[in-house]
Amino acid sequence: MATGAAESRDVPFATILKNAVLTALVALILAIPLVGFETVASGAGSLTVRTRFDWVAYGTLAVFFGRLALGFWLARRVPPSSTEPGFLTRAAVFGSLHAKEIAIVGILFAVVLPFFSSSTVVYVATSVLIYVMLGWGLNVVVGLAGLLDLGYVAFYAVGAYSFALFAQWFDLSFWEALPLGGILAAVFGLALGFPVLRLRGDYLAIVTLGFGEIIRIVLVNWGAVTGGPNGILNIPGPTFFGLPFARNAPSGQTTFHQFFGIDYAPIHAGIFLYFIILALALLTNWFTLRLRKLPIGRAWEALREDEIACRALGLNPTNVKLSAFAIGAMLGGFAGAFFATRATFISPESFTFIESAMILMIVVLGGMGSQFGVVLAAIVVVTLPELRKIPILEWEPGQYRMLLFGMAMVGIMIWRPRGLLAHREPSLRLFGRKDGAK
Amino acid sequence: MTMLSIEGVHTFYGNIEALKGVDVSVETGEIVTLIGANGAGKSTLLMTICGRPRASKGRIVFEGRDITGTETFEIVRLGISQSPEGRRIFPRMTVLDNLQMGAISTDPSYFTEDLKRVFTLFPILERRQEQRGGTLSGGEQQMLAIGRALMSRPRLLLLDEPSLGLAPLVVKQIFEVIREINEQQKVTVFLVEQNAYHALKLAHRGYVMQTGQIALQGTGRELLGNREVRAAYLEGGH
Ligand SMILES: Nc1ncnc2c1ncn2[C@@H]1O[C@H](COP(=O)(O)OP(=O)(O)OP(=O)(O)O)[C@@H](O)[C@H]1O
Ligand SMILES: [Mg+2]
Repeated sequence: MATGAAESRDVPFATILKNAVLTALVALILAIPLVGFETVASGAGSLTVRTRFDWVAYGTLAVFFGRLALGFWLARRVPPSSTEPGFLTRAAVFGSLHAKEIAIVGILFAVVLPFFSSSTVVYVATSVLIYVMLGWGLNVVVGLAGLLDLGYVAFYAVGAYSFALFAQWFDLSFWEALPLGGILAAVFGLALGFPVLRLRGDYLAIVTLGFGEIIRIVLVNWGAVTGGPNGILNIPGPTFFGLPFARNAPSGQTTFHQFFGIDYAPIHAGIFLYFIILALALLTNWFTLRLRKLPIGRAWEALREDEIACRALGLNPTNVKLSAFAIGAMLGGFAGAFFATRATFISPESFTFIESAMILMIVVLGGMGSQFGVVLAAIVVVTLPELRKIPILEWEPGQYRMLLFGMAMVGIMIWRPRGLLAHREPSLRLFGRKDGAK
Repeated sequence: MTMLSIEGVHTFYGNIEALKGVDVSVETGEIVTLIGANGAGKSTLLMTICGRPRASKGRIVFEGRDITGTETFEIVRLGISQSPEGRRIFPRMTVLDNLQMGAISTDPSYFTEDLKRVFTLFPILERRQEQRGGTLSGGEQQMLAIGRALMSRPRLLLLDEPSLGLAPLVVKQIFEVIREINEQQKVTVFLVEQNAYHALKLAHRGYVMQTGQIALQGTGRELLGNREVRAAYLEGGH
């Protein structure tokens, strides 16, 4: 009976055709200004406009037939039975059941990785970990408290600049400036959060977006302090209990390789940085997992579910949201301070909106609230553009990065709107309970 | 002694006047019920006590203290707890988490004791503590909503239609528990109900509300015997 119903389903030609025409029309309207005109340099530094209406026609036709094919495919398709979980859902369930084992294996892998890798791999892995940490930090705000923050990079920038400036003006070392960077970022979080957290969803997103831009523009224009568009140079690297990583010791100091009597190798500093960010990221993870179990974490979750009920139970929603905002900002600030010490050079270029979008994408792709999903998403998002360095894959993904990300987001929204590794936790467990309740 | 007194309260939703000068008083230790037709303003009155929406005129006094302008989240700390209309439990959180949320504004050292008390009143909740709130049956959800409200150790409990959508047997059970809460735990109860027969039998006193005003008041038994009340709220039912 079920198969009969699927076979005899009518294919609604008219609807499919109508959809295809409409989609092609939209494509046409978009393509005329975007593709239809091109400026070319003609001789003595002047520009002329060349039209490319043939491209517009090809594009529109491609969209028309593509939509047509998609329409037929959707109409013919037997809807997948909802009882059978897909691969990713099974992976997510497996992940949540074996979270501990996966975490241990993952951490072990992360610890031994730098000893068997080239300096490039260590460098990329360090970048991945920065984004993992940022993702976990933003997850507190977006995933746990349910506040859409489109300007998270502002706190990352505050952390980076405060470390750079403390180092430049007060000669503070990385270890002294790191907590200050986090605290300053948290203060900024409170200062921004206090007036805006009364706003709801969309409005909050817009204000945070604006805040991210304001911070960047201040950094560009406040040249006397921030160095303007040129940024800040020569930010000191971290020391190993006071031992610097350098070939030749600065006067009166012992370097890391001299102290341990090993040969100097530039990778030592890279590995050391890698372990710092690994430790910071793991600390962030532990901290956020703890928070979830505390009353404040439960309050975030409850607030996401029903604000009115929360008020009736005696919660002050503004304070609860503020705490999430400030904690998220602080974690972003730590990551920023680390970014500054690793790069040894920062400029406003590093803190554009695209950066906020990347971090948010990592959180959303990973499945909001999923710690493990964030790691996977960060690996994908950070390593994808690096692949061009592998000779066989000589493409230029940098150019197509935003396109790829855009397509990935659309795909996620269609097929896995709760994120790659999101799944509904079973409400009832047959055997035993989680958290060892007797 | 008067625990709660509502004096000439008016409440607006935009231009709509939902409460048009309401006077209600609740004595310490009582169960007082408020009945009335759909849209009469009963839920509005309960919400106004908690400051959402605010009374635009009149006064609300709780234990001698004017709370008309007090923030909603502070009113709970004074000892008023509400199980609002539609229960509003947290559907994706477990039963235990829901109860913990109820205790969020109280001293954590009471928690174990309070939890035990709620589990004694509603043994089913103890067995379901790891289950998500949204997957409980309607009756269980109602028990959870009442249990959660009790976790903040209120002296005054506001209940909005606890019998809504429940089978007669479960309604009986819930009303039994309300009596227990009142008699054994000395919690004063202000109860909004559609189920007028049960509510008036349970309550010491009752009020009847009509289009934003109190139309009648009296002891539970008086109102049960009142002809208008019988005609409007009890016909056919009992
Ligand atoms: N948020 C709101 N905005 C506008 N009008 C509202 C709002 N809430 C309630 N009202 C109106 O106020 C009046 C009283 O509503 P209320 O919910 O207090 O009635 P009720 O007595 O609790 O009814 P029921 O027995 O159906 O729950 C109704 O006319 C309703 O439409
Ligand atoms: Mg109501």
